[in-house]
Amino acid sequence: MAHADATPVLELRGIGKEFGAIRALHDVDMQVLPGEVVGLMGDNGAGKSTLVKIIAGNFRPSHGEIRFAGNAVHFSRPVDARGVGIEVVYQDLALADNLTAAANVFLGRELKRKYGPIALLDHKAMAARALELFGELRSETRPDDLVKQMSGGQRQAVAIARTRLSNARLVMMDEPTAAISVRQVEQVLGLIHRLKEQGVAVMLISHRMPDVFAVCDRVIVMRRGEKRADKPIHETSPEEITALITGAKEAA
Amino acid sequence: MAMPMESPISFTNVGKIRWWQRGIFASQTGYVLLALAVLLVIMHFASPYFFTEGNMQNVAKNFSFIAIATLGVTFVIITGGIDLSVGSMMCFSAMITSMVMTELSAPGSPLVHMAADGKTVLANVPGLILLISILAGLGVALIAGLVNGFCIAVLGLSPFVTTLGMLSIVRGLGYVVSNGRGSFPGGPDADYFYALTSGDVLGVPVPFIYLVILALAMAVVLHHSAFGRHVFALGGNEKAAELTGIPVVRVKIEVYVICALAAGLQGIIISGWLGSAPANMATSYELNVIAAAVIGGANLAGGIGGPLGAIVGCVLLEVIRNGLVLAQVSSYWQQTLVGVIIILAVLVDRIRSRMS
Repeated sequence: MAHADATPVLELRGIGKEFGAIRALHDVDMQVLPGEVVGLMGDNGAGKSTLVKIIAGNFRPSHGEIRFAGNAVHFSRPVDARGVGIEVVYQDLALADNLTAAANVFLGRELKRKYGPIALLDHKAMAARALELFGELRSETRPDDLVKQMSGGQRQAVAIARTRLSNARLVMMDEPTAAISVRQVEQVLGLIHRLKEQGVAVMLISHRMPDVFAVCDRVIVMRRGEKRADKPIHETSPEEITALITGAKEAA
Repeated sequence: MAMPMESPISFTNVGKIRWWQRGIFASQTGYVLLALAVLLVIMHFASPYFFTEGNMQNVAKNFSFIAIATLGVTFVIITGGIDLSVGSMMCFSAMITSMVMTELSAPGSPLVHMAADGKTVLANVPGLILLISILAGLGVALIAGLVNGFCIAVLGLSPFVTTLGMLSIVRGLGYVVSNGRGSFPGGPDADYFYALTSGDVLGVPVPFIYLVILALAMAVVLHHSAFGRHVFALGGNEKAAELTGIPVVRVKIEVYVICALAAGLQGIIISGWLGSAPANMATSYELNVIAAAVIGGANLAGGIGGPLGAIVGCVLLEVIRNGLVLAQVSSYWQQTLVGVIIILAVLVDRIRSRMS
């Protein structure tokens, strides 16, 4: 899928981030091409989350430049990142328990119908579109059910369905397979394949080696705030990645 | 970029939630409504006066006197906030309204120009003074609401502390502007004012009519507008609301403004019924208002609540008060019983959610 001549969807140049005296990230360069699935791995505290939050617009980088589809971008809020086409599935899913699945999918971008000067929510259209998205995800989730009554997998489906609303060009998933059943892991990996087929770039942040090797084209390993490896998946092995994560092997 | 579905979605694994397990039937509002119905039946047998037209009018009027403010505070409670300043706000808005009304009608006032007939110019347009004075009363509520919202949403102060401060500020300002004496509606428009606040239409008290209209409007806003959806999302998971791009700051400021305006309107209506706006008017009403909202099912943790619950809570409180009077029980028991009911309502809800 990765074309050598394509403009990278996302390009980071020399990204660094300090929190006071703590250096969370140092001089990170990376590229993600359209339709490419990149695994981002690393132990806790390696800087994965900070990197994701910078790309998603939660933090501003202390150093370096972010380019999206060839243009330099500056995000001050998550909405800015979403505006250019970066969607994030957060680890805690960012769902409002007291609302229905459909309401959560459309949160912040509700569909409305005009009644004269007043715009009211179009419940029917939102429920129909949400059902369609859940269908694509193979998730048995009813749009009208409250999220608080749902299983972990259904909640995951709701969070992922949200990223499918817009024409996202990069979807970042933070540990999407951490808290769900084996069958649902298959579904989530299937979805990643479908995103890839559509030319959407996916960045998968995961601890689960089998998932990364199942779907990713390339894997990036972070350790102590630096990028230690960036290799096509077929040129590496789970053993090598583990060694890079733990520091048994310094870089590759 | 819709992807084709390979096969229609099936729900073999996920049971449908039954109608009695969702919506109002599974909410605190639902069974408080049931308790209210039972209470009404008991009252009917306990006192032959309860279901008389006069008493019903009385009950409808009395609960309308706190219900409009309860609608407002319910908005705030749904977002997970609280507004303790509603009682003081009622008093201050009422006071400003009647002071402006009196001032604009007084021939000697430096603010007004005299017409040839000896009345002030404004007084020659029927209702104009009334309109201006009500707008002035609501205007001060708007400002107080904006200050509350700004401190809470922008400066990040806790809603409890901010509105506790506002309770004191607004009450104090009321004493300052009236020199502790309160004020009275006066001038040629005072009669319109009384008609609009304590009159009735075909036997229905006007405050009750306002209440019904506002409650219906609130139901539409909460359940069928993007703003209402954002209010619920904010109470359910504020972080999620922020991440999904909801303008959290704006929504928060808006709910505190709505709450202050509702309290201001409520105060103006009460002063019409009282015939004055004394400086100690509506003292500690914030507790009744919040109690009514909570009994009706608004969750102080945020995310749950609605106009029906707010009204049911107010009716329940008023029926108990009215019932105790008819049963010739000392009115001092009322407060004790209200406290018991607050705890009971929340307790039953806790037991129910444990069981499901």
